[in-house]
Amino acid sequence: MEQSNMNVNNRSGVCFVILGLMSLGGCVLMGVLGAFKYLYPDTLSGFEFYQLRPIHVSLAVAWIFLAAIGGIYHYLPKYRGLSLAWPKSIPLHFWVFVITGIAILTAYILGKFGGREYWAYPPALSTPIFATWIMFGINILLTMKKEKGPWPVYYWMWMTGIIFFLITFTEAHLYLIPFFNENIIRETTIQWKSYGALVGSWNMLVYGTAMFVMEYISGDKKMAHSNEAFLLYILSFVALMVGWSHHVYAVPSASWIRMLGYAVSMAELIILADIIWKWRQSLTPDQKFTHRQSYRFIFAADIWVFLNLILAILISIPAFNLFSHGTHITVAHAMGTTIGINTMILMGSVFLIVEELKGAEFSGWSKKWASTGYWLSNISLVLFLGALMVAGSMEAFKEWDDFYERSEAIVPMLLIFSVSGIGLLGGLWMVVVAALNMLKPAKHQNETVTVTAE
Amino acid sequence: MDKPQPWRRVLFLALFVSFFFYSANIYTSGTALNGETAASKNVLHGQKLFRENNCWACHQIYGLGGYMGPDLTNVVANPELGPEYARMFIEEGTDRMPNFGFNEQEVDDLIAYLKHIGEGGNYNPKKGEITWYGTVKYER
Repeated sequence: MEQSNMNVNNRSGVCFVILGLMSLGGCVLMGVLGAFKYLYPDTLSGFEFYQLRPIHVSLAVAWIFLAAIGGIYHYLPKYRGLSLAWPKSIPLHFWVFVITGIAILTAYILGKFGGREYWAYPPALSTPIFATWIMFGINILLTMKKEKGPWPVYYWMWMTGIIFFLITFTEAHLYLIPFFNENIIRETTIQWKSYGALVGSWNMLVYGTAMFVMEYISGDKKMAHSNEAFLLYILSFVALMVGWSHHVYAVPSASWIRMLGYAVSMAELIILADIIWKWRQSLTPDQKFTHRQSYRFIFAADIWVFLNLILAILISIPAFNLFSHGTHITVAHAMGTTIGINTMILMGSVFLIVEELKGAEFSGWSKKWASTGYWLSNISLVLFLGALMVAGSMEAFKEWDDFYERSEAIVPMLLIFSVSGIGLLGGLWMVVVAALNMLKPAKHQNETVTVTAE
Repeated sequence: MDKPQPWRRVLFLALFVSFFFYSANIYTSGTALNGETAASKNVLHGQKLFRENNCWACHQIYGLGGYMGPDLTNVVANPELGPEYARMFIEEGTDRMPNFGFNEQEVDDLIAYLKHIGEGGNYNPKKGEITWYGTVKYER
């Protein structure tokens, strides 16, 4: 047995979370600016929509990955009693991510692109990102390997999320090889296959985090070892593999690709909702009170899972997808899952860290802001998604003479969407500022956590 | 705590391996060219310009991409619109689309790219035929 001082590791996880929160703050700001630029193209001279959108998307992806990575770096040593296998890699991971992130944002501001959609930056910048995920993967897999006994389901989810991020990230760059790039149908299909699997890989990290947070709050160690939890994992895995195909129903690839995706549909969300619901009912009032803010965000995620489930199932039905594809219903699906489910779960994780690190110190204006921000962001999100759904339904189910007539008709709905986006911005910023205030270095930089590891 | 459950490892490995077979199928027969000609140098240069200027942020191909501008899958192939229609927008820009300052060769290559996409299939959701079990027969 060796004694391992985990101070560096512990603080490193929090650093990733702080960077993730800052990315979220930037993401929602860029989202609101992008929404108004979309409606009023003459405003914000000097910035074009084609610059604002990739900044918004990249910061959203950064928030999800950084918050999940920070949580994993934090939870494994602090709560699972496992010393990280490669602690020296963490500062390198962090700073390479920061520098690459700055380079990507600079490229967007200068109008230098080269990739597609989620990875719109020049593809050379993917190399350091890939390298950091290799380091992260080695570190976490070797650390989890130290676990005695069967793995809880969140270990399986984190492992799969890391491995499949590397696979899907590689797949997203296959277009650099002529065999893939010179066939437009292949290039388009694989692009969206990889993006669907990318979302699947971050869902693995996020759902794994949700399982850990629920286990920690309830103290019930059996839940993460149950067959139902493992079924959720397997369904998420299958959805990661084939669930992307609703993106490409309209692309003339082989029909079996579409049929398989339709058959699998979105069963994973049903299981996740069921697990969260059962967990809520198992908690005592004391457990809910001790981790009040964390509990609230996980509860909100459950409500959003139910709402998004209906939409996700609908758009997986080819007959509905025929109308909804290429409309703002798709945007509602994307925003509903990234904000309603992923962000709420990750905020649950962030506030578990805050409530555990600060205890009674988490009070005063920080607690009020977190609470008010929670309500403001969730109420705004209802309006935000409602406006997108109405706009998308108008696009989908009415006959339009041309694109411009259709675009003009949905302007009032997009205005509601943009104004509620300001509410969402205010709410999430309040939550972010409250969390940052609690996690800032000066408050607990001297904290030392000593664990015993094999 | 539960007893070791080796079947979980077996299930993981089975899914992991099947993912590679599934992907290999998509990379080959699932997306094989169906009467479409391979992309020429001009088409590939147009595709590169499309990426380097992030046209995806506002435009869609097969309904995939941004929604600020129209879907471009069949713009050039559509006899009512055609290459000159596309050229006008690319060269002049609009109140919603900046003029990117492409030279004549670049405009030609972008149009060649859009023409090539249009030759690969149709994207007209309104013409899909819905079956009784919820799938759609698309007009390709």
